[in-house]
Amino acid sequence: MKEFKVTPIRNGTVIDHIQVGTALKVLRIIGVKEDVNSTVSVLMHVPSKKAGWKDIVKIEDRELDPKELDKIALISPDATINIIRDFNVAEKFVVEVPQKIVGIMKCSNPGCITNKNEPVEPEFVVESKKPITLRCIYCDRVTTDISENVV
Amino acid sequence: MSEGFRGMDIVSIRDFSRAQIEHVLDVAERMLPVAKGDEKSRLLEGKVLGSLFYEPSTRTRLSFDAAMTRLGGRTLGFDEPKGSSVAKGETLADTIRMVDAYCDAIVLRHPQEGAARLAGHFATKPVLNAGDGAGQHPTQTMLDLFTIRKSKGKIDGNHVVIVGDLKYGRTVHSLSEALAMFGAQLTFVAPPTLQMPKEHLKHIQSMGIKPKSGTDLAEAVKDADVLYVTRIQKERFPDPAEYQKVAGAFTIDPALLKDAKKDMIVMHPLPRVNEISPDVDKTPHAKYFEQAFNGVPVRMALLAMVLGAVE
Repeated sequence: MKEFKVTPIRNGTVIDHIQVGTALKVLRIIGVKEDVNSTVSVLMHVPSKKAGWKDIVKIEDRELDPKELDKIALISPDATINIIRDFNVAEKFVVEVPQKIVGIMKCSNPGCITNKNEPVEPEFVVESKKPITLRCIYCDRVTTDISENVV
Repeated sequence: MSEGFRGMDIVSIRDFSRAQIEHVLDVAERMLPVAKGDEKSRLLEGKVLGSLFYEPSTRTRLSFDAAMTRLGGRTLGFDEPKGSSVAKGETLADTIRMVDAYCDAIVLRHPQEGAARLAGHFATKPVLNAGDGAGQHPTQTMLDLFTIRKSKGKIDGNHVVIVGDLKYGRTVHSLSEALAMFGAQLTFVAPPTLQMPKEHLKHIQSMGIKPKSGTDLAEAVKDADVLYVTRIQKERFPDPAEYQKVAGAFTIDPALLKDAKKDMIVMHPLPRVNEISPDVDKTPHAKYFEQAFNGVPVRMALLAMVLGAVE
């Protein structure tokens, strides 16, 4: 009999194939904190056929919006999203790094105009997907330290 | 290609192709008699340039003003934010939207990087970047290229030695990129702590240029066609004695130029402090005052082009 370390969920989202060691970053960037209203399960360092090891996050009663998916793609580009409805996988897809990143990251350059009090969303073009390299369209600063700058 | 300039923002030299830059330099060449005051022009009569200088500037501000005036237009604005609505905490975006309603084009110098790009997003009129913090200063790059082309007849094939603060220097990053695009040979000379940043070197190499880097100015000068000098700022050195040593080693004087090619030119974006000895001014090598003048025809060309008066 198969042994489940974490039981299946009725409704919600399973984020699978998260790059090993980044599950807690995923929770932080999608805003899962102590005031969350449902059960959140985190599996770290799980054997994976594809990558050797992986992390998994299960969030009950919540489906992620496109901005949250973009954030996950930035820090774990191979992650897969499983939308669960009534214990069944209703949708399954791999996150995709968009060509343009708008409003989900701040520029790592403290001298950039977008870090001042201006009515503008920081915007980046993706220069490379592996490793993820972003260039600010305003100040041209190149950022590779993604998780530190996700808002 | 040229019709693309009407209404265009001039934000970064990276926004331009080699052909576009060459076209700007050609138009600037035609502007020379007007820039010198030998001929009159009413090309921009009735046009108003909003001139917003959030940081002090002498050459850039005056040459934009001269360029606009020589073409029959007018300039309004401020040369320090004190006393303007900016001092009351107005955002750049709001200031730009307001000035956009009063003017036909906006020239902006601002301490924050990316300010000109932001201004371009909020303005309906063309925005010309006159320097944004440690970022871009495209009109300076164009007048540098104009000076090299005017003195040497062409840009490609010249060996350009760039000396000074290559780590933080605003002008040298965009200039070296533009020179690489034109196929010039590049040598960077700087104190070990102020060498050209690695990512910038990589970018230049990706354009098919193999720049040399070093600390020996005398050696580099021997084979140079152009010696581009920038200021080494005292505040970059925690130890004043270290600064004195470095500043001394990178001073351009007639003794250093003794072994240089006869037709080598010395350029500097100015202001200089003591990196070029006044004795060099009298030599045929000195081009930095002509270079400062060239800001006028180049900015005339850009203003006339973005305002649609010249294709």
